[in-house]
Amino acid sequence: MAGIIGYGAYIPRNRIKVEEISKIWGADAPSYKRGLGLEEKSVPSPDQDTITMSVEAARKAIARAGIDPREIGAVYVGSESHPYAVKPSGTILAEAIGATPEVHSASFEFACKAGTEAMFVCLCQVESGRIKYGLAVGADTSQGAPGDALEYSTAAGAAAFLFGRDDVIATVDETYAFMTDTPDFWRREYQHYPRHGGRFTGEPAYFKHVLGAARGIMAKTKTKPRDFDYVVFHQPNGKFPMRAGRELGFTKEQTETGNLVPRLGNTYSGASPIGLTAILDVARPGNRILMVSYGSGAGSDAFIYTVTGRIRDVQDKAAKTRDMLDKNKVYLDYGTYAKYRGKILKAE
Amino acid sequence: MRDVAVLGVGLNKKWGELWEMSLRDIFVEAALNAFDDAAVDHIDSMYVGCMTGGMFASQEHLGSLMADYLGVKSIPVTRVESACASGGVAFRQGFIEVAAGVSDLVLVGGVEKMTDVSGDEATHALASAADMEYEGYQGITFPGLYALMARAHMHQFGTTREQLARVAVKNHKHGAMNPVAQFSFEVTLSDVLGSVLVADPLRLLDCSPITDGAAAAILCPLDMARKISKKPVVKVLASAQASDTIALHSRKDLTWLESTAKAAAGAYKMAGKGPHDLHVAELHDCFTIAEIMVLEALALVERGKGGQAAESGMTALGGKIPVNTSGGLKAKGHPVGATGVGQIVEIALQLRGEAGPRQVKGARVGLTQNMGGTGGSSVVHIFEAV
Amino acid sequence: MANPARYWREIPQRYRMEAGKCKSCNAVYFPPRLVCAQCGARQFETVKLSDQGKILTYTVIRVPTSQFADQTPFAVGIVELDGGVRITSQIVDVDFDSLAIGQRVRLEFRRIQKEGDAGLLLYGHKCVPA
Repeated sequence: MAGIIGYGAYIPRNRIKVEEISKIWGADAPSYKRGLGLEEKSVPSPDQDTITMSVEAARKAIARAGIDPREIGAVYVGSESHPYAVKPSGTILAEAIGATPEVHSASFEFACKAGTEAMFVCLCQVESGRIKYGLAVGADTSQGAPGDALEYSTAAGAAAFLFGRDDVIATVDETYAFMTDTPDFWRREYQHYPRHGGRFTGEPAYFKHVLGAARGIMAKTKTKPRDFDYVVFHQPNGKFPMRAGRELGFTKEQTETGNLVPRLGNTYSGASPIGLTAILDVARPGNRILMVSYGSGAGSDAFIYTVTGRIRDVQDKAAKTRDMLDKNKVYLDYGTYAKYRGKILKAE
Repeated sequence: MRDVAVLGVGLNKKWGELWEMSLRDIFVEAALNAFDDAAVDHIDSMYVGCMTGGMFASQEHLGSLMADYLGVKSIPVTRVESACASGGVAFRQGFIEVAAGVSDLVLVGGVEKMTDVSGDEATHALASAADMEYEGYQGITFPGLYALMARAHMHQFGTTREQLARVAVKNHKHGAMNPVAQFSFEVTLSDVLGSVLVADPLRLLDCSPITDGAAAAILCPLDMARKISKKPVVKVLASAQASDTIALHSRKDLTWLESTAKAAAGAYKMAGKGPHDLHVAELHDCFTIAEIMVLEALALVERGKGGQAAESGMTALGGKIPVNTSGGLKAKGHPVGATGVGQIVEIALQLRGEAGPRQVKGARVGLTQNMGGTGGSSVVHIFEAV
Repeated sequence: MANPARYWREIPQRYRMEAGKCKSCNAVYFPPRLVCAQCGARQFETVKLSDQGKILTYTVIRVPTSQFADQTPFAVGIVELDGGVRITSQIVDVDFDSLAIGQRVRLEFRRIQKEGDAGLLLYGHKCVPA
């Protein structure tokens, strides 16, 4: 059965706290922290982007999988912050990991679920037998407009998954997609920042699709929340995934391992994928995991995984996600943050 | 091989930011001064040392340009490039042409016009003396490369920040006596130590400036000089040159200027002299640490002890071996391609007794050392008053 | 500044740290060369450099060229990778006060330069504390 044979994440070291942002805009930090369920978020350095983080995450996945990168048949990066609008991030990633030239690539976009789209397509290619291994990455260096609520949560990170048939560490038991045209959050071509529908992004958008996908896949597989050891949802803030879990009948314990957003922020296409890596870092053979992503526009991808005995052989082969999240942090002030994120107007 | 003498020398009027003078005019002014000093009316061949007329002044084919504007149109003129050693290397080529008997009167000129481009473009042009793909790609600058050497030298030998600063203080003191020098003011130790950081640990006053300037020397066979020279005759005792890796990271020892050591050894051998025979020297102090490292490579001090030289007064006017009486690159200025020839002009003036307030009493043997990049090329000349 | 060809031909070195090892005397060159400077031989095999090393010397650039203005101040050093090859590399994600000769570092993929808003993105590796 096909599944994940290697995984890895990358989280930049820089952080900025909610208080640091709120003081600039005269907002009340405690209420933002409560309302968003968020304390701080990651910030990429000026020399980091979706591609650099994808390379670092992918190298960890390859280290865990222990394969020859030349046998990777497809490299897909899903992001809403691809450095090039025309030239797939995967071309540079594939070259950096030594997968070229016999390899497919394309850039995926579907707001925050571009990463899981890439995972779905890689899985299918492996299952069909067309390729031996597929590499899927979800990565973003998302941007929040200055002074907008999103500025507190838009963060940076990447997660990479290698799919294959042999020596899987987690089988993919089932997949499910739930997608409609729901304009909750979008960005027009040539615009720097996205727009969103405020509270419309909640029930009719996030919750409808996340719950729809979760219920759909559980119905398809005749499973219930108690059949799972872990669940990871898309995490735009600290509240939404916990509420989704509660509404579906999952416990806090099932949801919290994969919920990194309180100290990471929303890494967009990296969000539920990075959450999944944090789960795989501690998972035990036989654990069952439900993953439900969400991308505005809107849709959710659901996956059910079963962890195999091989997981123990690979967990320690590369840096763990929570270590990257919690250790060696560098806190920035707002000025440095604005400089790093290109928010300062400079002379032409 | 014939013996060769320096018959005439000249600089353009002043080194510095010469807004009103073009690349060609600066060169011609220096060359004409050398012509007047030599009291000759023609030359057989010419060499033009210039690091990059292209990147600074969008001008190549300098051989033809300078021959044309100097009015020596049909003679052979050769452009020589070796980054900051372009002038010294050009002089060596001129020396060889006379020594070999190919020409009798050869003018060697060095020139650089650095202020027609922005400071940023100048920094970029200078960086091309390093390995552009494997040093420059990561954003290293020239002060940065010398800072890497400085820190390694400080770590290995205990050279101090103050010792570096003493080099700048000394050279400014000398330069204040040189009317051609870009900077006519002295600086104190605290001026240097308080100047803004450029690349840790190097500060602004550890670094030579951006300068426009030119220098020229006319060479002829020693026998001819003895007959026709109106000035005390200065013989070229030795000319030696060596190269090393382009990138600093490829050097065997980050604290040692191997190309200078090799060129110096060759020059001492050719001259039949040792470091203790020198009375005065002009060395390549593109950064304060460079003078310290060059002193060691020239065996003027023991390995690792270069920092003590300026500190103890050994290399000041009045000291055991005055170094950079012209003000050095630091105070006189560093118009890249001109520097090597400018050093030779200063030594010629010293050996003739024409250095005025900068005169080293009884100077009879002098040395010049000119270096490209971080030491990828070095050229050493030794001169004697005869 | 780069143009596509000039950047593209260095990709195996910049992205994958590919070096050339002399088949006669085992000297390793980064970037690879056509002739061995030690023994004069002309046959090489491709090897990958280690991604770990130690700092031999370092500085902090405070007056950069405009290409690097946004990154300033930044640390650069000469790093000796395990195996002996030395590179000039930025050292990032580090407190300048903690930089030390002998410090262990490892390579991380980063964007090295950006050709303005419309030109190429140039990638490579920088060093981070190990």
